[in-house]
Amino acid sequence: MDDLLKAFRLLMIGLASIAVLLLILVIGLFFWNQNPEIFSWESDSVELSESEELEPESGITEEGIHLESGLVADDGYQLIIANCTKCHSANLVTQNRGNRDYWKSLIIWMQTTQGLWELGDSEEKILDYLSKNYAPVQEGRRANLSGVQWYELED
Amino acid sequence: MKKHIAPNSSHKQESNGRRNFLKKSSMAVMAASLGIEIVHAAKLPTNYVPLAFQDSDPFKLFNKNKELIVLNNKPWNLETPPHLLDDKITPADKMFVRNNGLIPENVDVNTWTLTVDGESVSQSKTYSLSDLKSKFKNYTYQLTLECGGNGRSEFFPPASGNQWKVGAVSCANWTGIRLKDLLKDVGLKPDAVYIGYHSADSHLSNDPNKEPISRGVPIAKALQDETLIAFEMNGSPIPIAHGFPLRLVAGGFPASASGKWLNRISVRNIIHDGAKMEAPSYRVPCNPVAPGTEVSNEDMCIIESMPVKSLITYPKSGAMIPMNKKLEIRGHAWAGELEVKKVQVSIDFGATWQDCLLDPPVNRLAWQHFKTILNFPKEGYYEVWAKATDTNGTSQPMLVPGWNPKGYLNNACHRIAVKVG
Ligand code: HEC
Repeated sequence: MDDLLKAFRLLMIGLASIAVLLLILVIGLFFWNQNPEIFSWESDSVELSESEELEPESGITEEGIHLESGLVADDGYQLIIANCTKCHSANLVTQNRGNRDYWKSLIIWMQTTQGLWELGDSEEKILDYLSKNYAPVQEGRRANLSGVQWYELED
Repeated sequence: MKKHIAPNSSHKQESNGRRNFLKKSSMAVMAASLGIEIVHAAKLPTNYVPLAFQDSDPFKLFNKNKELIVLNNKPWNLETPPHLLDDKITPADKMFVRNNGLIPENVDVNTWTLTVDGESVSQSKTYSLSDLKSKFKNYTYQLTLECGGNGRSEFFPPASGNQWKVGAVSCANWTGIRLKDLLKDVGLKPDAVYIGYHSADSHLSNDPNKEPISRGVPIAKALQDETLIAFEMNGSPIPIAHGFPLRLVAGGFPASASGKWLNRISVRNIIHDGAKMEAPSYRVPCNPVAPGTEVSNEDMCIIESMPVKSLITYPKSGAMIPMNKKLEIRGHAWAGELEVKKVQVSIDFGATWQDCLLDPPVNRLAWQHFKTILNFPKEGYYEVWAKATDTNGTSQPMLVPGWNPKGYLNNACHRIAVKVG
């Protein structure tokens, strides 16, 4: 009688294990189907292939401005898109102006307090780009009013 | 996982193609499509889509007037052009938006709680929203909220942060309970010096251990009658961009002291040390410095009351009027913790000033309305400058005031352009 009970229990455990395994498999397949890349990365780093086609909507520039980000489309703006638009938009970059020291100290601040990653070789290029295209412009203690849109004032 | 209203949440307006693209995009595809040849990608997080590929409409998202200026779409920061601030009480659709982090999504009012804790409470206590609304008397005040960085764009050398012009200010009707009534119910220890707020928004890096902002006010400010824990703005539930379902409102202080999406208040026996309390955030040099000076953190002092200021809200800059036509000028003036005593306007760059009619504030910390009628002596280009003076006799400067590293407290006179003839 005892033996019979034991055998029965073993059988139940076996069946339960199979059910759990099946469930895991189904869930895994589901996620893989939703997000096929999740299993294709071996590490954090990614090889960038130069041969892939440029997505047509992404590289459009007008009067020297990259339309989607608003960045000056000068050498290296892609590095800004790749490294500087994860947490906030490029608006925060394009609104600000400063010399190389300013940009350098801002990067250090974001690295030490906001979770910005090491920029490696790109850092010099990013600093070149920012200090050239987003350098300060002296406008006096009070600038002239600019961008006034004239209109007839009705009563 | 918490969800957020951010440009990358799978929002309605996304086209099918874009959604597919987002779904398919791996880092490699993303990088290649940007045309990057040589990104140092080793340290780049793998699973993100740069903002260049995200979109959404803040005007629909937050029900905002289309003329608001988007300074930043992540985090959302929108400013109001001055002519839209003509209403005596700022309506929700014309209120500027300042965010330091990601706005919480799927707020559930039934489970929302507010906890009061910290070194200086007898014991910590948690309240549901309905507890708060029913247990304590409700009050309504018009309270002026101005971003500490309003006017930042005029500093030189440039100060970093969102480049606000003049429109990061509002005065709405806030309804809620007095913070002092709540603190009394909890029980304060005599060593309380500061309160700090905690909120349900998330840090931009999505690191759950980081708070985007957790500021506060000295205990004396916390105990003022007008310091509210608000649940209504202009008679309706607070809009999500402005702190639904619960917000601290401490008018007269930099608006960053008025924490949105409030879920915890800590009563501290030290100056609160939450995110953005530390230098250089919301601090200015304790002693004045020359423009561009590097200031060490110990020499930076916390901003408390905002300075005296005014805004011309009518007409919109750029008005052209015929010769001999009188021009009505309207606007508001406020002075942080103080009241405004006088507002004047000038059409000759400050050589002469004309006094305006000035209303008293509806309540303490509400902005005051001014108006006057101007005559122009001859045809030509004019600028109308407005200058307010507070009850201490301090006026707005015509030039950009003391430079400071983060570009706070620019209360220089507002001006509009007018052509006559
Ligand atoms: C890991 C997240 C992260 C990344 C990546 C990042 N930043 Fe930031 N950055 C922040 C946060 C958080 C703020 C503060 C935002 C706020 O308070 O509105 C900020 C603020 C800024 C500001 C405004 C400065 C100020 O004083 O408020 C500028 C300009 C800026 N970032 C530029 C950059 C540039 C350039 C890069 C790329 C090299 C970059 N950011 C990448 C997190 C990041």
